[in-house]
Amino acid sequence: MERVKVLIIGSGPAGYTAAIYAARAGLNPVLYEGMLSGGQLTQTTMIENFPGYPQGVDATQMMGEIREQAERFGTDVRFGVVTKVDFSASPKKIWIDEETELEADTVIIATGASAKYLGLPDEQKYMGEGVSACATCDGFFYRKKDVAVVGGGDTACEEASYLAGLCNKVYLIVRKPFLRASKVMQERVMSNPKIEVLFEHNTLGLYGEKGVEGAKLVYRKGEADEKIVDIKIDGFFLAIGHHPNSDVFREYVKCNEEGYIITDGARPTTNVPGVFAAGDVADPLYRQAICAAASGCKAAMEAEKFLKN
Amino acid sequence: MLQITDTNCKEVLSSNEYVVLDFGAAWCGPCRSLAPVIEKLAKEFEGKVVIGKVDIEESPETTDEFGIRNVPTIQFIHNGEAMPELKVVGAVPESKIRASIEKLMA
Repeated sequence: MERVKVLIIGSGPAGYTAAIYAARAGLNPVLYEGMLSGGQLTQTTMIENFPGYPQGVDATQMMGEIREQAERFGTDVRFGVVTKVDFSASPKKIWIDEETELEADTVIIATGASAKYLGLPDEQKYMGEGVSACATCDGFFYRKKDVAVVGGGDTACEEASYLAGLCNKVYLIVRKPFLRASKVMQERVMSNPKIEVLFEHNTLGLYGEKGVEGAKLVYRKGEADEKIVDIKIDGFFLAIGHHPNSDVFREYVKCNEEGYIITDGARPTTNVPGVFAAGDVADPLYRQAICAAASGCKAAMEAEKFLKN
Repeated sequence: MLQITDTNCKEVLSSNEYVVLDFGAAWCGPCRSLAPVIEKLAKEFEGKVVIGKVDIEESPETTDEFGIRNVPTIQFIHNGEAMPELKVVGAVPESKIRASIEKLMA
């Protein structure tokens, strides 16, 4: 059976940065990319808040370059998804795609987070027929059409702005009477004539014969002026946040109620010796690329220290 | 890797019992993640199932015909008919695609 010193799971900024540090420390890391090569950033367009890119940078390009940097120092980057682990003894056991088994002295979990859905049965019903959690992937199908984006944070505002560039009209469905997004994103949305923000609206369901043709919303649910609102849309985009991809590790690694892996304060150590967590999977607060990269660096340095002892 | 286009699609569908089409685009991150999995499965099922890729920008007719509204989407086709219950949307683990291929041939 193959045995590795440092196994990194995930290919976002946390995973690749951990790989750069572990490789430069001569630990010959093996990195499994997981289901989304390059991580969540590959589902956005431009990154404008990563230091060092005054004009912004294409997200896919940036992730490609970080990966190249990790490979340059000898990281073995592989395709595959971790489907099972056994952290009860050392070395740890890891299964890739339910078949390949390998052993690792240390594991860095950098599996990130995935888009959340509202939990409506209609989301499943219309999956692939008008429902999407990736505007940059699927916006193409809605050129000159009307769509809705659900959410009030940065991601929702960014997706709405992106879709406004392609679509005829974009409704932004916001549960609260305000946007949670950063000031700059709020302004971008509010000043875009193609975007109509529907504050205090909740989605009840979707309808349509051949895919999504509209959505039923409720305005100010439970208030005296509550009313049902019907919008005609062809596409329904979710941007209501993310849930951490920690399921496969939960039997061994302690998580909080929302599923974020609990790390030891300033260090990315988990309750399992030799298992570290970096990036969004262990970050309920900030969830930024730069923070993920920083924690990936810390995890690799901790793994190096662990291997020396 | 076999490329299916608006030009060759009809011929591929009419001359093969089992066809799997992976609809994607150059600018789609999850499509890139799926590519090596599709290539691996194409080799594995060679001779039994024809597995091809469709670029949605280059082949709008085929994309429209199969009602594609997300990328990546994988359609599983038996004797020219898409099996909607097997359809896979988004990047998923290899095991899920393999299960759909096995059901297609069952």
